[in-house]
Amino acid sequence: MVEPKHFETQIPSCMTDGLSVQETLIGLMEAFEYSLRDVFAMRLSLEEAITNAIRHGNQLDPQKTVQICCRIDDQRMEVVVTDEGAGFKPEEVPDPTLDEFIERPCGRGLMLMRAYLSRCEYSEGGRRITMVRQRNSPLPILGDQVANG
Amino acid sequence: MFAAGRRKHWSSKNVITSGARDMSKNRRIDIEEISGITVVKLLEKKILDEANIEELGKELFGLVETSGRRKLILEFSDVEYLSSAALGKLITLHKKVVAAKGKLVLCGIPKEILEVFKITQLDRILTICADLDGAIAKF
Repeated sequence: MVEPKHFETQIPSCMTDGLSVQETLIGLMEAFEYSLRDVFAMRLSLEEAITNAIRHGNQLDPQKTVQICCRIDDQRMEVVVTDEGAGFKPEEVPDPTLDEFIERPCGRGLMLMRAYLSRCEYSEGGRRITMVRQRNSPLPILGDQVANG
Repeated sequence: MFAAGRRKHWSSKNVITSGARDMSKNRRIDIEEISGITVVKLLEKKILDEANIEELGKELFGLVETSGRRKLILEFSDVEYLSSAALGKLITLHKKVVAAKGKLVLCGIPKEILEVFKITQLDRILTICADLDGAIAKF
């Protein structure tokens, strides 16, 4: 059994730094031998959460930072991303699958994270997101899979 | 990556191959012309980086707006990751092609990426085929 690992960093509102942290965290998942499916889910979620924090939260303000904390063991990975922006209300983000929004080029990140993560919760007025992926999670569950039992 | 049968199919047509390249970056797409259809192969494994996605968008939009191409196939078999920002570019490309009275078909999408299209229900508005032959048959 591998000992749990903790990783914490603070980055400027810079996409390149965001990508670098993603690679570090994915490296941890690989070290713990998570499946490709788990890695896919977490990479996608990390990209969405960190990009949202930098672009929509901090508005690319170089004076503001994004804090990223990760705890990983052989059963789950938890990542908390906190920005210094004005926050937002997740419940007010429109459903991008509705006919009136389906052709909008943005607004799908939150939906994807909810689909792929075992836990996806906003706190601190929308400035903090907590993401958890359980090892070998069956997520995402697609509609046709539900229908087929 | 291409099956032998498909390669034979490609070579039997009038195929013009070119690459789109940013001088400072890796090549993002390969472009082939098959019987009047522009087949765009996405070369990047990870379509995640925003700056990269922006450039990819410009290259794809240029095919419609500058080069006047109306029949487009996007081939995804090399793609391993795709962010929602990349999905946004595909939607905008779709709109531009439709506005130009053309057609856009996606093909060769790996299972994991296909799930992303299904979750977001973009498979409702985008035409998706399993492989290149199926995509060509849509025109």
